[in-house]
Amino acid sequence: MTTAAPTADRTGAAPHLGRLERPALAGVLVRELINFRSYWKSTTFSSTVEPTIYLLAFGLGFGSLVSTVGGYPYVEFVGTGTVATAVLFASAFPAMFGTLVKYQYQRTYDAILAAPVDTEELVTAEAVFIAVRAGIYGCVPMLVAMLFGLEPSWGMFAVPFIAALAGFGWAGFGITIASLLKSFENFSYVISAVLTPLFLVAGTFFPIDQLPEWAQVLAQFNPLYHCVQLVRDAVFGWAGWVDLGHAAVLVGFGLLTWRLAVWGMARKLIT
Amino acid sequence: MLAIRMRGVVKRYGAITAVAGLDLEVPEGTCVGLLGPNGAGKSTTMKMLTAQAIADEGELEVLGCRLPGESKHARAQLGVVPQLDNLDIRLTVEHNLLVFTHLYRVPRGDRKAAIERALRLANLTERRDALVEELSGGMRRRLLIARALVHRPRLVLMDEPTVGLDPQVRQGLWALIDGLRADGVTILMSTHYIEEAERLADSVTIMAEGRAVAVGPPSELIRTHAGREAVEVYGPPPVLHEVEAASAAAGLRTRRTGTSVAVLSPNGGNGDVPDGHRRPANLEDVFVLLTGEEIT
Repeated sequence: MTTAAPTADRTGAAPHLGRLERPALAGVLVRELINFRSYWKSTTFSSTVEPTIYLLAFGLGFGSLVSTVGGYPYVEFVGTGTVATAVLFASAFPAMFGTLVKYQYQRTYDAILAAPVDTEELVTAEAVFIAVRAGIYGCVPMLVAMLFGLEPSWGMFAVPFIAALAGFGWAGFGITIASLLKSFENFSYVISAVLTPLFLVAGTFFPIDQLPEWAQVLAQFNPLYHCVQLVRDAVFGWAGWVDLGHAAVLVGFGLLTWRLAVWGMARKLIT
Repeated sequence: MLAIRMRGVVKRYGAITAVAGLDLEVPEGTCVGLLGPNGAGKSTTMKMLTAQAIADEGELEVLGCRLPGESKHARAQLGVVPQLDNLDIRLTVEHNLLVFTHLYRVPRGDRKAAIERALRLANLTERRDALVEELSGGMRRRLLIARALVHRPRLVLMDEPTVGLDPQVRQGLWALIDGLRADGVTILMSTHYIEEAERLADSVTIMAEGRAVAVGPPSELIRTHAGREAVEVYGPPPVLHEVEAASAAAGLRTRRTGTSVAVLSPNGGNGDVPDGHRRPANLEDVFVLLTGEEIT
């Protein structure tokens, strides 16, 4: 048997292995994939059923009182909006809880970092895995809405990518939070004080132009709002530069939380 | 050729200095035991060797790679058996190994053979499909060792590899570690079990308060610091006090061993040797003499 590990140069300094190497990222992703086989049912259930319940409750419940919102049947308005909710549930929450479990209780990250994997690769692969999952789970409310009359469109093919992009940002957010807090109990502060308000002013259940002006301004800083808008425009019709703006915000959010997550975890894991 | 070279390494955690100017050399193909009580700095030293802790001062080299800058390169060639179990408990034995063939970059065509070899080495072939959460403590330890060996590392770091295991299981693991040593794998093993270090290590570094206080083969350390024999005297505390005082007056060194006093190098003094049970001097005598601490 041979190994792929490069041999140290006996005559001088050993060469550095690079950053964000494919084998290191693949190694962490393979671990996630193999583990996922043991818990996919419960995760899939919680990540898809909950947003679908929101969709059915609001879409059908309010839908009987409100016929259209923003020119769209209410169930379709909510059906496209809850994509962002599904993304949030499938990314921020598993990133927070999963990360804390893996570094504090299972010590999985200690084992991985003893191999030729650095913190940046570890965090990146973890976030990518969660993002891919969020990209898939995020489509579920939209598919359910199709059962209630949402017309298929070519733009729908972009929705998994939008969901994955937003999911990457929320995964980075969750990992960052896990790196800063020491217990599950502390997550309640973040969920109540940060995620719930963002969730409510994202334009998921009602258009944000119904909100006071200051809340509308704040919504512009809410990545969930941009995810909702981008998904709606993908499904109902692209809006040109405005959508590029939404996408740019999601890219920026992803880059920011990714770097914060790498910084936070390096601080936690490398003493 | 040295597998590990540490010079003047210092590691502080706030006001606490965990490692205080450690010098350590591990020649390739040898088994070196890092012996010391809890809090001596053994685990911190192990963490620095994988760059999971970064030294504040000093030089570290592992397999020719300077740390922390080239640590990733070094980690590709070493295996780590941690003190605390960090296996994926919801995966099978085989899947745990499969994950680490990927993490250690074993080429695709070699992965199956690597897993088979590691299973065989750790005597886990028949439990390959068992979930880790179903394994006994001893089997989990064997799996941790198998996992560390799956990529045929040049160097294996073992942090208290048998801690918390019953004597029978511990001896089984000793046989496994001894087999690795015989195969030429370089091993750095931290332990606070004297017998473990005495049986397995070619050389022992005794650590106390973050420093190496003695280095050498176990037999040499015993001969140099504790002589050939010790006399173990049992009795109530007043008697033990008397023995200590008489021995000191005769120029003999003593150490308390719980309910007894061990008088070291009894023939080297200038007075009477107290009556007691004669036994060969051991590494524990050396440790207590050098550090003033009992090993628990």
